[in-house]
Formats: sequence, C-alpha cells, structure tokens
Amino acid sequence: MTETQILIETVLQALAAGLFVGAIYGLMCAGLSLIFGIMRVINFAQGDFMMLGMYAVYFFLIVFGIQALVGNTVSPYIAVVAMAPLLYLFGWAIHRFLISQVTGIRTTGMEAEGHYAQLVLTLGIALVMHNGAMILFGPELVSVDTPLSSSAWVLGPLWGDGVLLFLNKARIVSAVISAAVVVGLWYVLKTSRLGKSLRAAADNPQASIYVGNDVDRSYRTAFALGTMITAMAGGLLTTNYPFHPFVGLEYVVLMYAGVVLGGIGSVIGAFWGGMTIGLIQQFSTIILPTQLQNATIFVIFLLIVILRPQGFFGRSVERT
Amino acid sequence: MLETLRSLRPFLFFAVGYLALAMFVTNSYYQLIMTLVLVWATFGLSWNMLSGYTGLVSFGHASFFGLGAFATVLAQVHLGISPWIMLPVAAGIGALAGVLIGLPTFRLRGHYFALSMLAYPLTLLYIFQWLGYPEISVPRVEEGAAYYMQFSEGRVYTVLAMILLGIVVLVTRHVERTRFGMSLIAIKQNESAAEAAGINTLAWKLRSIAVSGAIAGAVGSFYAVLILVITPLSVFGMLVSAQALTVAMFGGVASVWGPIIGAAFLIPVAETLHAELGSFLPGIQGVVYGLAIIGLIILAPEGIYWKIRDHLQKRKGKDALPTAVQESAAAEPSAPVTPVERPARELSEEIVLKVQDISKSFGGLKAVQNVSFQVNKGMILGIIGPNGAGKTTLFNLLNGFQMPDGGHVLVNGEDLVRRKPYELCRAGVGRTFQIMRPFKRMSVHDNVKVGAYVHAASEDEAEQITREALELVNLQDISQHIAGSITTKDLRLMELARALAGQPEILLLDETLAGLGSEESQDVVNVIRKLAETGKTIIIIEHTMQAMVQLVDRFLVLDHGELIVEGPPQEVIHNEKVIEAYLGKKWSAHA
Repeated sequence: MTETQILIETVLQALAAGLFVGAIYGLMCAGLSLIFGIMRVINFAQGDFMMLGMYAVYFFLIVFGIQALVGNTVSPYIAVVAMAPLLYLFGWAIHRFLISQVTGIRTTGMEAEGHYAQLVLTLGIALVMHNGAMILFGPELVSVDTPLSSSAWVLGPLWGDGVLLFLNKARIVSAVISAAVVVGLWYVLKTSRLGKSLRAAADNPQASIYVGNDVDRSYRTAFALGTMITAMAGGLLTTNYPFHPFVGLEYVVLMYAGVVLGGIGSVIGAFWGGMTIGLIQQFSTIILPTQLQNATIFVIFLLIVILRPQGFFGRSVERT
Repeated sequence: MLETLRSLRPFLFFAVGYLALAMFVTNSYYQLIMTLVLVWATFGLSWNMLSGYTGLVSFGHASFFGLGAFATVLAQVHLGISPWIMLPVAAGIGALAGVLIGLPTFRLRGHYFALSMLAYPLTLLYIFQWLGYPEISVPRVEEGAAYYMQFSEGRVYTVLAMILLGIVVLVTRHVERTRFGMSLIAIKQNESAAEAAGINTLAWKLRSIAVSGAIAGAVGSFYAVLILVITPLSVFGMLVSAQALTVAMFGGVASVWGPIIGAAFLIPVAETLHAELGSFLPGIQGVVYGLAIIGLIILAPEGIYWKIRDHLQKRKGKDALPTAVQESAAAEPSAPVTPVERPARELSEEIVLKVQDISKSFGGLKAVQNVSFQVNKGMILGIIGPNGAGKTTLFNLLNGFQMPDGGHVLVNGEDLVRRKPYELCRAGVGRTFQIMRPFKRMSVHDNVKVGAYVHAASEDEAEQITREALELVNLQDISQHIAGSITTKDLRLMELARALAGQPEILLLDETLAGLGSEESQDVVNVIRKLAETGKTIIIIEHTMQAMVQLVDRFLVLDHGELIVEGPPQEVIHNEKVIEAYLGKKWSAHA
C-alpha cells in the first residue's frame, strides 16, 4: 500500500466513524435543543441525563435478563426503547420538583437573577447525579457488548489493492435509529398541537399565556422530552463506548457546541450541529493524539461561542 | 484605607478565635480540615471577586487554581524553586490567565459566559493529562524543610492559611469600598445602566478577573503544598470549580463573610463524610455539595448571610415604615395642577448638541429616519410622539447604546457618533431610562455615587459630588435607604441624580414622568426646571403632552421615525400634523 492509499483509508475511516457517531451526537443535541431552545435553560445535568440513559440500558439488560430471551443482537435496542418512558418520567419529575422552582413564567421577567439560580441549580443536580451514580454503580468502566459491536461490514478493496473500509455494524444501527428518532421528533413537533404550543412558549412565553397556553406545562413536556431523547442517545452509544459515572462531563460541552452550532431552537439544526461535531472529533484524531480529542471539542466550542459574540437569542439589545 | 482597616475588626476577632481553637487540635487530620476550611474560604472569595460582584457566573475557577498548583509543584520538582517564591508567582500566573481568558470570554453574557468558563479547566485537564502528568507529588525535603514550606507541625499551615485569607479579606474589603467594587456591583445589577453612568465595563471586568485569578492561583499553589500530591482531576476538575462556587453561594454572594461562612459549614461536613464513608461511598463529597446547592437555590438563593441580613433589615424596616406614611399624609395637599404654558425664555446662542441626518433601521423597520436638530445650551427640549415613534431609539443612538446606520452626533462640535455609552457619558451626555434601572440592593447614596466616579479623582470628591446631586433632587433625607424600597417618584429622582453625578452638560430623560401622579410629576418637573436654570441642557421624552407643555422650550415631534414638526410648544400643540399623528386623520379635521 502506498502512502496516499494509507492516507485515503485513514480519512475515509474517519469520515465513516464521524458520520455514525455524529448521528448519535446529533440525537443527543436534539434532546438538549428542546430544553435549551424552548426553555432557554442551560442544563449542566444534560450530560448526566445521558449517563443515566447508558446505565438504564446496562441494567435493563442485566436485571431483566432480556439478552437470554431475544439474543444479544437486538436486546440493547429494545432496552433503549423500553427505558425511554422511565427516562421521560425522570425528566418530568426533575422539572416538576426542582427546575420549575426557579424557571418558567415566574422568572422570565427576572433578567440575570433568574438565570443565575437556574444555572447553579442544574450544576447541583449534575453533581448529585454523577457522584450518586458513582456510589450506586461504582467507578469502573462498563460496556455493553453485542455481536454487532465487534463485527463490521467491509467495503473494498477500493482503488485496486489496498484501501479497505471497516464499518462497525453496531455504530451503523445506532446511527440509523438516531436519525429515525430525530426525523420522528421533527415531524411530531411540526404537525402536532403539542409542537405548536411548544413553539409558542419558546417564542413569547407571556403572549403564549395570554392566549391560553399553559406555558409551564409546555416547559415540563419539553424538559421531559429533551431528557428522554438525550438519554436514548446515551443508550445507543453503549454498544461501542465503555462508560463510567463521570462520562456526562465529557459530553455536556460537546452537546452545547452542537446546539449552538446548529442554531438555537431548531431540532434539525441541532442534529446537524451534533453531526458536525462528530466529524470534527473523528478527523481531529488523525492529526492529534486521542487524549486531546475532548480538548479539541472544547476549543471548538469556545471558538463557536466567542466568534458570535451577540449570542444567539435574536434580539441583542434590550428595551431601554 | 483607615475605614477599611476598621471594618476588618470582626475578621480579626474571628481569626484570633479560630487560631486559638486550632491550637488545641492535635489530631493531624482535624488540623488538615481546619486548614482546608480556610483554603476553600479563600478560594470562595476569589470566585466571589469575579462572580459575586459582577454577577458573571464562573464555572471555571479551577483553571486558575490548577495552574497555580501545577506551577508550584513543577517548579520545585524541576527547578528546585521554593513555594515561598512560587506562591506570588502563581498569583501572577493566575492574574495573567484571568486576563487571557477574560478578553475573549467577556464578550459573552449570562449562559454562554458560564458555559465557556466550564470549558477552560476541562481543556486544561486534558492537556495536562496528555503532557504526562497523571499524578505529581511535591518532593519531600529533609534539610531546610521550612524553606520549602514543609512543616511537620500541621498547625503552621493553619496559621499560613489564615494569613492568606486575611490578605484576601483585606483586598476584598478594599475593593468593596472603592470605585472598583461599586463599578462591579453596578455591572451586576444593570450593565447597561452602568455603561450609561460612565463605567467602562470591560475594563473593570478584566481587573476583577485578574484579581480573582491571582487569588485563585495563590490558593492553588498553597493547596498543592498542603496536600502534597496533585492530579489534573484534583485541581482542574469540575468539583474544584463547584466547590468555590458552592461555599460562596452557600454563605452569601458578594460579601466577605459569605465564603467564610459557607466553607466553615460545608468543608467539615463534606470532609468528615468523605473520611468516614468515602471508602464505600466514593462520591459522597460531591453529593453533599450538590445537595447543598440544590437546597440553597430553592430555599435561600442568595445565601445564608443575606437571608439573615435581609430578615433583620425587614424587621427594622417595619418599625420605620409607619412614621414615613404619617409624614406624607400630613403633608399639605398642593393645588391641583393645570397645564399652564410657560412664557418663552431667553436662551443662550451656544449650540451644545447637533444631530445630523441620523438613521437607524431594524431589518425593514425604519425606527429613526434622517432626523436632524440642534439644541442650545440650557434649553429644555421635549421629544414627543406616539408609541413606537422612535423616541427611545433616538436616545439610544445619542448615548451610544445603539449604532446609527448613518448620520452624526456632535457634542460641542465634536463628532461622537459610534462611541460607547461610557465614553459619551464622559463627554457630557447623561441619561435616565424609561424602564428604571436602579441598582436595587445599593443605597440611594451609593446608586448616585456610581455616577459620580466618572469625573471624580478621589473618593472624597465622589462623595462631595454625590451629596450635591442628592441635594439638587431633594433626596438627601432618604439617601441611606435601599433603592429597592423607595417610591417610583424617588426612583425617578434618584436616576436623575445618578445621571447628574456624572456632571453631564446634556441630560437625556426618557419618560421621567411616566407612572407618576400629577402631584408627583409636579415635583419632578420642578427639579428639572431647577436644573435648566443652572445651565444644564435637557432633552426629555414623553408621550403625553400635558406635563410637558409647561416645561419645555421647544418640542420635537416624531412619528414613524420621522421628525414631523419642530417648534415652541404653543405652535406644536395646535399643529394639524401632530394631532393627526396622535389621534388619526379623522380627528384632525375636528380639532
């Protein structure tokens, strides 16, 4: 194999990996964009919601012994779907008992102070969640192995002799499911009454209330849905990525990078944002050591945010 | 300075008491906890210096802390430099890192600022791991250990930590009492108002993060010497930043005592739990901090210190209130106000403000279109027009809140278009706001003083200016009241005084009479008139004409962003175009 062929192979491999993992990141970001875009809540615990989704799948497989029933191959995906309602309830409860105390219509008028409380509250939730997870689940790396995660479709040989592309089957399945969920979500938001009330609440909470929309309820639904979607993305990651209780920290900045990149408030935008981040991450490994993979994401996040200084909330000048 | 020292008396009592207590502790583990309380209290004060006073929440103070810690250990390992030298160096590194991080990040506000600050220490964490420092320890020194800040006696560290804390308390107190702290608090409470009051907000924020970073760097350096072994996670990790924030918020933000109270409560609890249960509940410390934050935000979002203080003040306030009510009830009812037109005054020939062809569009909406006018010195110019006519936008263009698409603003012949609000304020353009922007937690006096710093060279001068401004608007009697507790009229007058304290030549008043009853509005009108007599030039926006007719020398009428009529009140109120703009075409025929 020539130098060029090795390079082509590396680049194509990174492209494929970036697309597949990017789709899962995209799903994660779509979940966050529901919370961030509609409620304008910065949720530091989003990464930990994702972590919860990972452990949910892990324990579902162990506790219910479902692997024995349906076999290793499909059981993780069944787990992702089966745990989704529970994760929705979890998000609902977090909002109902904690987040709603400091957000929602009561605080939209309080410029800085309301946000300040809500930022710190979610930091507290994040701390409790990942440290609590360490107590409950232990600090070890765990993984969900399926026959798919260790097998690949092989493309090639291309260009004569050398170039072979290994496409991991589990990644592909997860990516396809992610894309399907995002499309489904987008369709529901676009067509249903729920979607309309969410968009109204995002656009102008006050006006939305005056026309009879229960904004606090819309927020709660958005928060629960966002939690569930991100956690599902976490579940889909488990087949290829070993995880531990602190895994959320690595993903939370990544998710915001994707959402900001994709444009606040757009689910599809967030998906493409996440996809872009996945691609950047995979390509960065070609030139940078793997330990710096996450550092790269953080630097990119900083660049994205800083280069668009006015923020992304539309109106940059408050009414004087 | 003397006052600063006097205010430290409670701290000195605390320090002596705490150290006396520490002397009785012989168990080395408890000695460590006693030292750690002080270390985290100091770190909390570092966080407080930036986030407490400016309100920009930092989730990234671990950056400075970690850099200080690593610099100190690496300098000793590789170069044999003593921590005594590295501690101030670490402070320098912290300050430098603060400025480097602040410069790009201060362009962001609120959410994005907080998030970005989180990314810095995490990036550093990975970089240090990649550099091959999974764990690094301070080399044990046998001879001349004291030179390397190593003592077998744990209580020495407690004393050192107390000295460090003392220095930081002194710095914090000093900042609090000077224009530094005032500017930061003003930024926190209302950044736009602060800019309009002449504060260069970016410059103050950078100073604040530099001081904050310096403290954090020094604390990190000391922490490394105390703990002996550091890892990227233990100094750059999220828990480190969270700890700074938690102790400060738990105790009370924007106060010297908050972080100390917070650390004294939380550190022993967390450390003890960690020691007792850490072996089988490894994350217990984090859970405690997390629960502390959650409980706090829901029950007492501003921290224990303020909760208690507000509670005490409320009780005091309840006793004071009834007398105030009686006084106002006893006041002479003044005669009902009728809009009397005032005779035209002699005006100076001197032009202080010249606006040429100024325009601003928001997308397709032309908020202000080619507006030109000029204002003589000492004139009271009224700008009127229906809602949405572009009045406030015009003001925003005049004082730099918004950049015009075209045109010029000449103040005393100098073109000041496209300057920042604080620069315009210094050039002599002061303003008040339609939606009032008081610094709610500050006293009336301090609210005004923020404005006084624009031209005051010293604290004494600022004090002098403040007093004069308060007298001009007749607020001297309530100068010590908290701005959040006074009436709308007094707030309007306070904002007027704040603008006056900047010693403007031209005052822009945005609906200063809005929401006032006729008597109250008469009081404010009298003050404005008094100001004009002293030679101030005043431009005032209103959309009701009644109170204005007797006040202004000239009217400027805006409609749909365009200047439709300009002239003396008498002419303007009978002008057909004006009536049409206000009431619609149908009515202009009847008028």
